[in-house]
Amino acid sequence: MPQMSMIEAIRDAMDVKMAEDDNVVVFGEDVGYFGGVFRCTHGLQDKYGKNRVFDSPINESGIVGAAIGMAAYGLRPCVEIQFADYIYPAYDQIVSEAARLRYRSGEQFTAPITIRTPVGGGIFGGQTHSQSPESLFTHVAGVKSVIPSNPYDAKGLLIAAMEDPDPVIVFEPKRLYNGPFDGHHDRPASNWSKHPLGDVPEGHYTVEIGKASTFREGKAVTILTYGTMVYVAEAAVKETGIDAEIIDLRSLLPLDVDAIVESVKKTGRCMVLHEATQTSGFGAELAAQVQERCFYHLESPVVRVAGYDTPYPHAQEWDYFPGPARVGRELKAMMEAV
Amino acid sequence: MSDYEPLKFYVPEPTGRPGDEPDFTKLIIPDAGSARKPAIDCRPQEIKDLATTIIRVMNRDGEAVGPWAEGIDDDVLLDGLKAMIRTRAFDERMMTLQRQGKTSFYMKCTGEEAIAIAHKLAQTKGDMNFPTYRQQGLLLATDYPMEDMINQILSNEKDPLKGRQLPILYSARSHDYFTVSGNLGTQFIHAVGWAMASAIKGDTKIASAWIGDGSTAENDFHSALVNASVYKPPVVFNIVNNQWAISSFRGIAGGDEATFAERAHGYDIPSLRVDGNDFLAVYAVSRWAIERARRGFGPVLIEWVTYRVAPHSTSDDPSKYRPKEESTAWPLGDPILRLKNHLIARGLWSEERHAQAESEYDEEVRVATKEAESHGVMGAGSSPKDMFEAVFEELPPHLREQRQKMGV
Repeated sequence: MPQMSMIEAIRDAMDVKMAEDDNVVVFGEDVGYFGGVFRCTHGLQDKYGKNRVFDSPINESGIVGAAIGMAAYGLRPCVEIQFADYIYPAYDQIVSEAARLRYRSGEQFTAPITIRTPVGGGIFGGQTHSQSPESLFTHVAGVKSVIPSNPYDAKGLLIAAMEDPDPVIVFEPKRLYNGPFDGHHDRPASNWSKHPLGDVPEGHYTVEIGKASTFREGKAVTILTYGTMVYVAEAAVKETGIDAEIIDLRSLLPLDVDAIVESVKKTGRCMVLHEATQTSGFGAELAAQVQERCFYHLESPVVRVAGYDTPYPHAQEWDYFPGPARVGRELKAMMEAV
Repeated sequence: MSDYEPLKFYVPEPTGRPGDEPDFTKLIIPDAGSARKPAIDCRPQEIKDLATTIIRVMNRDGEAVGPWAEGIDDDVLLDGLKAMIRTRAFDERMMTLQRQGKTSFYMKCTGEEAIAIAHKLAQTKGDMNFPTYRQQGLLLATDYPMEDMINQILSNEKDPLKGRQLPILYSARSHDYFTVSGNLGTQFIHAVGWAMASAIKGDTKIASAWIGDGSTAENDFHSALVNASVYKPPVVFNIVNNQWAISSFRGIAGGDEATFAERAHGYDIPSLRVDGNDFLAVYAVSRWAIERARRGFGPVLIEWVTYRVAPHSTSDDPSKYRPKEESTAWPLGDPILRLKNHLIARGLWSEERHAQAESEYDEEVRVATKEAESHGVMGAGSSPKDMFEAVFEELPPHLREQRQKMGV
């Protein structure tokens, strides 16, 4: 089986879909000739031509707005927003238009568009290249949000998104593009070529949107997480020796509530872990779901570990980032709680 | 001591507010027939003068004059006049329905009928419109069932949009009419994307984008123009400059001294400014722009100069923010009256036929309204179950659960 980085897996997903379906077009800032600032579309313009892979103006609302118009025509656009931090100009087009077309038009018009965008911190990118705005989108009716944590899921989820009849935002944790990252920024980086999840099948396959995966089985506590934090959780488990079950949600909306409930009822404890700021973050939804469905199985309060409610800082990145030490401390405290 | 006077903040004001006399001296109206008609493949910079004039065809005597008057079929004019009468009859009846409490909301297009209707008649089946809320003429100029429009306005059991959308924000894919958004301006870039798709697929269809003078201030206007400037897709941009955005005059959108048409110049998009109450001018310029786009010469922007005779919607009273007599003083007149006089002067129409058409369309609207009302008014007949459908193609688990809890 081929070994791929997450970048290669994402590119391969687009390649597979472009070869299969003439209606797939790919565009965004720098995605054409140059192949994207993270190289996710490298080579696609050469292979499929400028009619189907092209550069867009620096105009995120225009990228998404044009994609909606193309989808109304019958195309299947897959667009890139260069950083999730740049997605806000497109917010109205996503929230008021893409997410609502089907509903408001009596299903005469739909917006089967895929919006790819690199998300999260850990690259010393400061407040404009590090944000995790996923909960701004999970709060919106009519748009799906997924976030893979490895090359296999990235390819399968992206293909599923590109085939979905509704708009899907694919948040790509940029710190995972080249390898898993456990939060220890001062240790050598690893890459996907040595990781089992870097095994990516050739050709077409999908990972179902709305299904979580159990990243690590355990009995002591459930950690609900996604993206980069999956590996941070894994590091914290190793370092504390606490036998946590790590659920990689993969899809935030729809959410795999059954997987969450099954795990929390088994372990009786739950940590919610994400990079995004804590207040009104997606973790609040997770904590509420657990409280509603697992209250009588809980042996301790649900704990949220998240980014502090500050803008994403630059020099203080590793104080801000909820790394394995902080996660480990919180895990120990949970286990000590009666 | 500083040499500088303290700066003064500037907020533009219209030429009149309630109690003032209407004043349109700022509106320079050239003679009908005086504007030239450029070649279909002209370069944008060759026609910059057409963005500051007003292209007009009908003169004060109702004669069609000048280069834009040529080659317009009589049938188009007769169809157009009838569609305008029909639209005005429709608007009046729907306004009454709102006053009767049978619908929550309505918006008339009185005085602006020529623009949507003549443009529609210049299109070919399959050319897609991305309208605002005031282009009901795009539907009423076609065989789209009037009763379905009323069903939508009443949000009743036969509402094609299942009660999910505010009255008059229609959607009619079968009649090339994109779902209308209440978030203004968003559709302008959709039209560009649709036109890009038409070009990508080697189609021959064009898109028409619609926006009001007020909403040209939205960032989607820039998004649309910059993307059209870059990719040159077959899109016709229509700015309906009806002078007022609710209570804000066009100057609050930056259109007091510069024309809206001139904005296209910085994007290398050809633009034309046209008398929107002159049906022949609207038809001729629409046909030129659509032909240019379909021939692959790229986007065109048109500013239709008109006046919003009606209130913005059933929710506002224009006498609170503009001179009472302003609409009757509007110097470009009424589009129905002007086309009627033109056709009568040419012996193609008469007062009798006009009166007959008015009563026929009144009757058509009355019958359609009665039928629609039998399926419910003011949301009656809508189903709470429909509230949960079509958020996604398939009902996801969380919505299924919420629907079950509601018991529907």
